[in-house]
Amino acid sequence: MSLDTATVRRIAKLARIRVEEPEIATLQTELNAILGYVEQLNEVDVTGVEPLSGGAQMAMRLREDQVTDGEIAEPILANAPDREGRFFAVPKVVE
Amino acid sequence: MRFLPELTIAAALDGLAARDFSAVELAQAHIVAIERLNPALNAFITPTPELALEMAAEADAALAAGTAGALAGIPLAIKDLFCTAGVRTTAASKILGNFVPPYESTVTAQLKAAGAVFLGKANLDEFAMGSSNTTSGFGAVTNPWRRTGSDARLVPGGSSGGSAAAVAARVAMGATGTDTGGSIRQPASFTGITGIKPTYGRCSRFGIVAFASSLDQAGPMARSVEDCAILLGAMSGFDPRDSTSAERTVPDFRAAVRRGVRGLRIGIPAEYRMDGMSGEIEGLWQKGISWLREQGAEIVDISLPHTRYGLPVYYIVAPAEASSNLARYDGVRFGARVDGEDLIDMYERTRAAGFGAEVKRRIMIGTYVLSAGYYDAYYLQAQKIRALILRDFTAAFAKVDALLTPTAPSAAFAIGEKTDDPVTMYLNDVFTVPASLAGVPAMSVPAGLDAQGLPLGLQVIGRHFDEETVIAVGGALENAAGFHAMPAIWAGGAH
Repeated sequence: MSLDTATVRRIAKLARIRVEEPEIATLQTELNAILGYVEQLNEVDVTGVEPLSGGAQMAMRLREDQVTDGEIAEPILANAPDREGRFFAVPKVVE
Repeated sequence: MRFLPELTIAAALDGLAARDFSAVELAQAHIVAIERLNPALNAFITPTPELALEMAAEADAALAAGTAGALAGIPLAIKDLFCTAGVRTTAASKILGNFVPPYESTVTAQLKAAGAVFLGKANLDEFAMGSSNTTSGFGAVTNPWRRTGSDARLVPGGSSGGSAAAVAARVAMGATGTDTGGSIRQPASFTGITGIKPTYGRCSRFGIVAFASSLDQAGPMARSVEDCAILLGAMSGFDPRDSTSAERTVPDFRAAVRRGVRGLRIGIPAEYRMDGMSGEIEGLWQKGISWLREQGAEIVDISLPHTRYGLPVYYIVAPAEASSNLARYDGVRFGARVDGEDLIDMYERTRAAGFGAEVKRRIMIGTYVLSAGYYDAYYLQAQKIRALILRDFTAAFAKVDALLTPTAPSAAFAIGEKTDDPVTMYLNDVFTVPASLAGVPAMSVPAGLDAQGLPLGLQVIGRHFDEETVIAVGGALENAAGFHAMPAIWAGGAH
């Protein structure tokens, strides 16, 4: 299956990456090359096979539900592009 | 006294213990080498000479006090994907160009605790996405090797290309790498050094900038199997802060180096004999088989039937996980921000300016294969075939103790080659990706030079948590190969 330009724009929107109009055609070609390459997976019979999600050969570990860290606002905010007091600042969302 | 940066880690530890030289002298020799060669190699994004000298002075004090750790005074390059408290960590991305982590990754914390000296943060492909180190937002790394009679600049492989180039050029004794689909093993092969991707879960992922979490695994790169074993011992171990960290005791990896291969059964997977693979690589593989047979191993032909689906599975699974992991770079909590008309516009402009082309492609592929209506066709199908790939390895390891294959389908290529389309570049990882998908340990050992004078590696793959057998087989290969060739650019060379 091949991506049309509208789908490339939709994916870019979903991925929150601004794509300028002249980039669309190149991206379309590149993404279609990758999707064309992975197409061969359809020939594999996977009847009755359980999907494998991870590399770990173990059951998920559990721990006590308790606070183990925190109260370190300053170190966390130190890398913020913009802040107001002890908060991250973003452009106005609600008018 | 020998030229210090030429020593192996094992020899340097002996020299430091015997007080033949100090940790500060050893660090100084490497700092001078980096100043001289980094402009040509671009192996380091952020050299940290002052920090290195401080750490070396501490190591000397510990050596004098008799409290020295297992790596006291050993100068290392740290891939710039490991968060280092107070030292800029970029993942080779412009979006993290000014990011200074407030915390330390578990692996680097353990290396520090063992007394290692950090020379600086090594260059890599942006977010570890690449096989040539040309996608770095801080410029490509140049391989210290050259083709005979040519000045063409070659890639060091990727994504741990800065780590590999630094170790090969003798400006670092060892380095940390990470391997998601071959990012330790393929650059090790391209630069004539040794590197091991341990079992998934062996080294903590805490504090390593995430690319594809079900595949990412840290490991060491160095100039001998023994040096890798020493570093791996210090890097490994259970960490409650990584939910997939294995609760396993760390064996004495170094003791396995000279264990030998007598009585071991070594599998040769038929599917790794690929169309279009060079005769030299096939020839080197045959040599490796003879070396192991001569040392008492039994060679067994085996089959890993789903090998050819490894790469396409990887190029669904890894981008899918990357698209989720990289969603955090939105210009709000850390990293670069580009202002926009509203919040969404700010996200989109920030990510468009901050990410390079390969990272954008992978995020978009991942977004697509996870999107409504395509999840089953792509992502679920890939996960099922991933299960079949693991099943292949499990069946093989019922018959044999380890597998021997080439590491990469070619030697290092020139910067700018293989860029026609993304898939051509992806083919570099055809032999390394299956072990990543299965989570099994694998090592690349330099085995010889091709007709153009470039190094080629052989790969040893082992059972889950049996790095010791991988190391033993690696040690036997190293012993037989007697690889002592030097790159064109190195710290002791005339430049």
